[in-house]
Amino acid sequence: MRLQFMLSEIWVGLRRNLSIAVSVMLVTTVSLYLLGLGLLAQREVDTLKGYWYDRIQVSIFMCGQDSAEPNCGGKAVTDEQLAALKERLDQMKPLVKNVYYESEQQAYDRFQEQFRNSPLAGNIRVGDIPQSYRVQLSDPTKYDVVVSAFEGAPGVGRVQDQQKTLDKLFTVMNGITIASLVLAFIMLVCAVLLMATTIRQAAFTRRRETGIMKLVGASNLTIRLPFVMEIVLATLVGVGAAVGLLWSTMQYLVVPYVAKVLPDVALVGVSDVWLIAPYLAVLMLAIAILTSWVTLWRYLRV
Amino acid sequence: MIRFENVSKVYARSTRPALSDINLEVERGEFVFVVGASGSGKSTLLRLVLKEEGITQGTVLVAGQEVARLPQRKVPRLRREIGTVFQDFRLLPNKTVYQNVAFALQVLGRSGHAIRQVVPETLEMVGLEGKEKRLPHELSGGEQQRVAIARAFVNKPSILLCDEPTGNLDPTTSLDIVRLLDRINRTGTTIVMATHDDDIVNQLRKRVVELRNGHIVRDENKGVYGSGT
Repeated sequence: MRLQFMLSEIWVGLRRNLSIAVSVMLVTTVSLYLLGLGLLAQREVDTLKGYWYDRIQVSIFMCGQDSAEPNCGGKAVTDEQLAALKERLDQMKPLVKNVYYESEQQAYDRFQEQFRNSPLAGNIRVGDIPQSYRVQLSDPTKYDVVVSAFEGAPGVGRVQDQQKTLDKLFTVMNGITIASLVLAFIMLVCAVLLMATTIRQAAFTRRRETGIMKLVGASNLTIRLPFVMEIVLATLVGVGAAVGLLWSTMQYLVVPYVAKVLPDVALVGVSDVWLIAPYLAVLMLAIAILTSWVTLWRYLRV
Repeated sequence: MIRFENVSKVYARSTRPALSDINLEVERGEFVFVVGASGSGKSTLLRLVLKEEGITQGTVLVAGQEVARLPQRKVPRLRREIGTVFQDFRLLPNKTVYQNVAFALQVLGRSGHAIRQVVPETLEMVGLEGKEKRLPHELSGGEQQRVAIARAFVNKPSILLCDEPTGNLDPTTSLDIVRLLDRINRTGTTIVMATHDDDIVNQLRKRVVELRNGHIVRDENKGVYGSGT
């Protein structure tokens, strides 16, 4: 079929079926928006979890050259002190399940990765974050035993319990992920059903045209392509709107708000929207093409 | 051109066969009237040629191809060899005369150049020159049927199937339409026309195949409508 003729057929079809094409577009937008939120929330959880070695409960920060903590007295931790601390941690097994050592360089690298979307990353130099032992406990509720044992020990700047902050955050994030994925799934089902209905209706309103096409021997592709293309076009507009909405949400809501409330927490940023956008588009287009082809196969037999 | 060998057709949910044990051969360039009362199987016969219906038993050959063995994706190619005209014209109401005829070529992917050449020729042949820009509802029944014939013939098919093309027309117009079909027949196109218009059959004196309850009860050259009853 000639391109120009096909385009005019698609245009006529869309105009005749405008309200329903718009509804396909809106359902696509909403379902992809929710799906996108779910994916972003999940990426956020992964981003955070990855760096906290899954379930670190206590961090023991050493004294650095410029540490301001009174316990340090302006001196950096020595190798002997480090070894002594490690030995004491090892003695506290089985309460201490795992101990990870993080050097200044590793801490710097982690920070850069974690705050890749934030202007903070540029202001930090190697050494600003002191070296530390990251301690995983077999019983997270007994973190105070470790905290009291190491607070004020020679070479230790600060002991920090991160469990509570993190758990709360992960619970919220997982909640957002699950809720948005469930809603997204429901909306995707709506989208599929709506697309199928749209095709059925379009096939019905254009049964004269398709009847004649069949009679004069137009190929299946020629008969079906305009229907599929209408759905694909509506879907594409919907995908664009969903990505735009996700981008605005990140840019104007999430990033400024979280930067204010939780300045310490690494967050997924606008760049992650671009990362997931192709997947959303491919998924939705696949759904659109598959749904319309199956529906047409059912309602437009030769 | 068209050959039926022991063909039977039973529709689902029907006890009586629509066609039973039909043997029929239509040569290239023939003009055949298929006559019979409503429900005698005339339309079914045409639908089997187009592969709009499956065959229950027997073989149908169209232009050398066994229709039942033709895979679905090759059915369009078969239908390009066959033009079809119906009692109810089946024109697209929001397209002009010209667009209706051009549509048949556009959906086959013909170039704009070819369309601009062939469509006016065909419209002239069916006697509709000067009415290209009319919409179907601005035409008389006879003229609408001419548009339908132009659309069926514009791709130069080797077979033209007509299912009661004069059923909605007055006798004079009917005769005009059949004369037009006769002219198309003389260009070498095979024509099979289902009808129960006795006047026309009696005037044209072509081959007549009579169906009754799905059986061929008469097949004679230069026949008339009623001799078998």
